[in-house]
Amino acid sequence: MGLTGIQIFKLLPKTNCGDCGVPTCLAFAMNLASGKAELDKCPHVSEEAKEKLASESAPPIRLVTIGAGDYAVKIGGETVLFRHEKTFVNPPGLATVVSTDEDDASVQGKMDRFKECQFDRVGVLLKSEMFVVNDTTGDGAKFTALAKKVSDGTGAALVLKSDHVESLKSAAGELKDKKPLIYAATGDNADALGELAREMACPLAVKGDGSLESVIALTEKLTDMGLKDLVVDTGTRDLKKAFEEHIKIRRAALKDKFRPLGFPTIVMANEMADGLMEEALVAATFVAKYGGVIALSDLQPHIMFPLFLERLNIYTDPQRPMTAEQGIYPINNPDENSPILVTCNFSLTYFIVAGEIESSRVPAWLCVQDTEGLSVMTAWAAGKFSGESVGQFINKCGIKDKVNHKKIVIPGYAAGISGELEEELPGWSIMVGPREASQIPKYLKGWSST
Amino acid sequence: MTFQPSKQVYSGKIREITLGAGERALQIGGRSGYAFHSFESEITHPPRVAMEVWDKDPSQDWSEAAKAPFKDVLHDPAAWARKCVDEYGAEIIVVQTKSSDPNGDDKPASEVSDVVKKVAEAVQVPVVVWGVANHDKDTEVMREVAEKCSDQRVAISPVEEGDYKQIGAACLGYKHVVVSSSPIDVNLAKQLNILLENLGVSSSDIVIDPTTGGLGYGLEYTYSVMERIQQAALTQEDDKLQQPIIANVGNEVWKSKEANLSVEEAPHLGDSSQRGVIMEAITAVDLLLAGADVVILRHPDTVKLVKDYIQKMQ
Repeated sequence: MGLTGIQIFKLLPKTNCGDCGVPTCLAFAMNLASGKAELDKCPHVSEEAKEKLASESAPPIRLVTIGAGDYAVKIGGETVLFRHEKTFVNPPGLATVVSTDEDDASVQGKMDRFKECQFDRVGVLLKSEMFVVNDTTGDGAKFTALAKKVSDGTGAALVLKSDHVESLKSAAGELKDKKPLIYAATGDNADALGELAREMACPLAVKGDGSLESVIALTEKLTDMGLKDLVVDTGTRDLKKAFEEHIKIRRAALKDKFRPLGFPTIVMANEMADGLMEEALVAATFVAKYGGVIALSDLQPHIMFPLFLERLNIYTDPQRPMTAEQGIYPINNPDENSPILVTCNFSLTYFIVAGEIESSRVPAWLCVQDTEGLSVMTAWAAGKFSGESVGQFINKCGIKDKVNHKKIVIPGYAAGISGELEEELPGWSIMVGPREASQIPKYLKGWSST
Repeated sequence: MTFQPSKQVYSGKIREITLGAGERALQIGGRSGYAFHSFESEITHPPRVAMEVWDKDPSQDWSEAAKAPFKDVLHDPAAWARKCVDEYGAEIIVVQTKSSDPNGDDKPASEVSDVVKKVAEAVQVPVVVWGVANHDKDTEVMREVAEKCSDQRVAISPVEEGDYKQIGAACLGYKHVVVSSSPIDVNLAKQLNILLENLGVSSSDIVIDPTTGGLGYGLEYTYSVMERIQQAALTQEDDKLQQPIIANVGNEVWKSKEANLSVEEAPHLGDSSQRGVIMEAITAVDLLLAGADVVILRHPDTVKLVKDYIQKMQ
């Protein structure tokens, strides 16, 4: 990252000894800059240069892992301000808050819904990963028991939230292998919690007083203590101000390489809104604009599902479209007389075509061919949705055994392949469907197998 | 270490556009920075919340959740529009001319435009007329709309590459606003604005519709195209993209299966009376963050959530 080849070159011994495997120090520097070589290859580099290079080449926003196992969450590590500039890589962890003063049934309900609120979408499992365990009573034993219950019962990554150092010591001691996030070091307790986080080897949150300066003071202090895995809560609970801070933190980290703010954030949406609907909009804001962990007061499918979709959308790689799996999708319980439609595997095309067939209530077989995520027109233009490829797919996928007619509907925009497709599928009639998916219901209602 | 927050330098500004005429005139745009970045730029007008009204009874197409608030007015577009303004605080009314769809009811242009006129006369807020994206039919309908609403400065949408000459000319003749609509692409958005200006449409009469994808159905494309338009307009002085943006959110979100499934159909997706609302509100929030100046919504609960949100973010 940071340094150019020339800047790195200045830190090297400049002896051109060749011990690193390349003939000159300049060539080695260029390889370092482009990530093709490791500094360890040079046996003669000074300690000072090592330190400088290590700190300069660290990612501008620290990648922090919270939790262990299936629900471990990686946050931070981002490199751009706008997703179209490259991509956002580590989606924020979505957390639900449980408190020590909450009744058992309520906690159990949230734990049950944690497992129930999981949805498959084009091969991606949409789920929430975290719980915030909130010590509202200051009772260390109760806090530890609740944290352990949630951890054992769900496997979720935890945020241990307490104002009491003793409570945090107890719970972190019990669960340190699960790598919970200890929340939160403030001006008053930073020494003790810094010590605890180091001892337990757990990530630590800092909580400012509502100013970025207070956060900087804390992260500098804790960095000096040797801690690296920090997560930032500025302490602000006003939506507009928190938004401003997130923009400033991301810019400071990326544009100015300002290390004291080069950490992922945590947003307590539950403390920033009245009611779950409003919390959802606070959460939505920080899914788009740079949140690291986002906590809500409850976990309800009608709220989580839309948030999962948003997170999936925002964190999709703009250069690589989402795809649906190649195969046969039965819609509305089709039988041997139902129409066959074929389309490409760009996920949007699949969703829209499948949705229109579904809403038509006409039973149908939707055959989705792998076009490497290209839409119908692009795939057709690129030769990935040709008479030959569609024909081969239809011959192999097994749809012929499912129907007793010989008719197939192709997308209107791919009308040009019908001749070639006839050759691949002798005896079949190739029917050209509508160009726009919205016309599919009307088309299907008029379709007949005879 | 002392901290100096890095500032974004803005070299451009989004134009101020007036929708509606006379007492109902409302200005949109006028920002000199990214959406809600009031800490480093001037936000002349907050984003506006518009509500849609269909020119035909949508009872057959809409789910229970979407219909419930409007049960008494779905058959009467003028009453429906009044309800949106009086009860729910719609700042703009969008008439979706669904009845004109040649693949549906295919109502004649004269009839469709009469309904638009009635709706426009029923309310005291600016009106946007949104067609069915069929070039021939929209041209027929919008020509009559332009004439019948001649003194109202309505905004006409979508004006696309395939019909900009016809509809653009109608807007020019009666001083209406053109909603320049292109398929999720910065360059195509820019090109259509250039074509419109060559036709004689002033930059003070153009709003951009970069095409809206709903949550889970292409939202990310619209989101990024809007951010790219904002970057070009505000930081790269791209004069042809400095127009306010409108997003047809409600119509897109409520098309999706997941917004409409009842609890019986999809128990795992939870409360169906709130799910569609949240999907609509999150789509709106994302597009507001990306730079939309007007969001068109369907459900009154979404309107309330989004209006509160804008208030808090101002």
